Amino acid sequence: MFPFTFIKAKNNKEAITAAANNTGTKFIGGGTNIVDLMKMNIEKPPQLVDITSLGLKKIEVLSNGNILIGALVKNSDLAYDATIISKYPMLSKALLSGASPQLRNMATTGGNVLQRTRCYYFFDTATPCNKREPGSGCSAIKGYNRMHAVLGTSSSCIATHPSDMSVAMAALDAIVHVEGINGERSINFLDFHLLPGDTPEKENVLQQGDLITSIEIPSLPFASNSTYIKVRDRASFEFALASAAVALEVSGGTIKNARIALGGVATKPWRAKEAEQYLIGKSAGTETYKAAASVALKDATTYPYNSFKPELAKRTLISALQNTGGNNE
Amino acid sequence: MTNKKEKNSLVPENNGTTRREFITHSAALSAGIAITVSSPSKKILDKVKQPATGHMVISLQVNGKAKSLEIDPRTTLLDALREKMHLTGTKKGCDRGQCGACTVLVNNTRVNSCLTLAAMCDGSKVTTIEGLGTPDKLHPVQQAFLKHDAFQCGYCTPGQICSSIGLIKEGHAKTDADIRELMSGNICRCGAYQNILDAVKEVQNA
Repeated sequence: MFPFTFIKAKNNKEAITAAANNTGTKFIGGGTNIVDLMKMNIEKPPQLVDITSLGLKKIEVLSNGNILIGALVKNSDLAYDATIISKYPMLSKALLSGASPQLRNMATTGGNVLQRTRCYYFFDTATPCNKREPGSGCSAIKGYNRMHAVLGTSSSCIATHPSDMSVAMAALDAIVHVEGINGERSINFLDFHLLPGDTPEKENVLQQGDLITSIEIPSLPFASNSTYIKVRDRASFEFALASAAVALEVSGGTIKNARIALGGVATKPWRAKEAEQYLIGKSAGTETYKAAASVALKDATTYPYNSFKPELAKRTLISALQNTGGNNE
Repeated sequence: MTNKKEKNSLVPENNGTTRREFITHSAALSAGIAITVSSPSKKILDKVKQPATGHMVISLQVNGKAKSLEIDPRTTLLDALREKMHLTGTKKGCDRGQCGACTVLVNNTRVNSCLTLAAMCDGSKVTTIEGLGTPDKLHPVQQAFLKHDAFQCGYCTPGQICSSIGLIKEGHAKTDADIRELMSGNICRCGAYQNILDAVKEVQNA
């Protein structure tokens, strides 16, 4: 691990100023991802700012019914929160399908959103990787790409976004609240993460010194009927090969409202709005779900080792739709 | 396995000497190295008050005892426990948060000490396997692991026990499947999973 200076911030302003004044500074909340990456010499921050003393640890129900989740709320606390379980089961399930209990006790809401990819070439400093070393090339495109993305890829990078929580956040139209050197601002979750394009090293819209303070989930009554299904190589403690977060409102056998986001198959948490639109007004049933799944994956581009992924993602999505919408056919 | 004290002429009586200390002393003696508790270098070190450049001083409460440590900020809690405090019961497996051998309780919550920077634990209460029970009065989870033979080689066991205590306190496991899922952060290469499950269940239902 490269040496770094360590500062414990007493408040948001102190943290933001310290980070803004020293390029490459990283905040540390849970540390589950960054400490690992620092040990591998992939992250080399000259300074770490410990933000665990900041007052960002509350889950609040706002007067408009929205839920405000502090950036330092632990993944385990969020997953087992009674309001989250009843109003947004997809979020609770997504969190509990990620990592291990120990890691969930450490990992924070803000940090989860900022997780780096688990692409094995990103982790292997002996190989080229545009995300790790811009301009060095992508080892995955012509390499072993079984776990890699089929949606949102570019000729520079095909790494998947690893977060389960973020898939639910994308489906729920969450809002990321950020405080920076120039004040506060709010970013729609779908605009927060960037597609790799020619700059895969730039993964989100945050600027140096920007601190995620909270994530807000808008009130969405039909999300009480939602789920998260994750398919992976082993039953637990593994990243997704494909996952689907689905919320469905069905009345009299007809789909009135839908939310769909996919994980494990895309370079960022992947919202499938076209598939949602396809479902609305249709009869809830497997044939409808199959057609919607085809819409969700129609732009998939596969690589030699991950050609199974579009079909796996479709079946995962169909299963999640069946779980939430039933089968009236 | 048995926890009964057995007389064995080949093994000296345990007078508070750990296996590690015994091996270290034996190796040093066989190599002809004299161990002096109070060497000149130690006396000089004791006088140093200021931390070295870039180092920091943290305070922890480890197994009920207050500890003050000078550390490089890169030091993980795992390395601080093992290398600085010589609490080698906590094991280093993968050192990357994947195997759970390093699991300890920080402020009564189970975490991976290998991914926890010691600097972030300043002021925290840390409980390791050494702080759970004594040979005469084992922690109920330790006792249950012995009773159900919940280990073979024992390397993952300190982590498994700390994780089990965390799981029971968290209170989310209702079924066998829940316990297996919520123990999935602890790998046992010997495959004692069924017996670990039995041990956890016994304490949980007690």
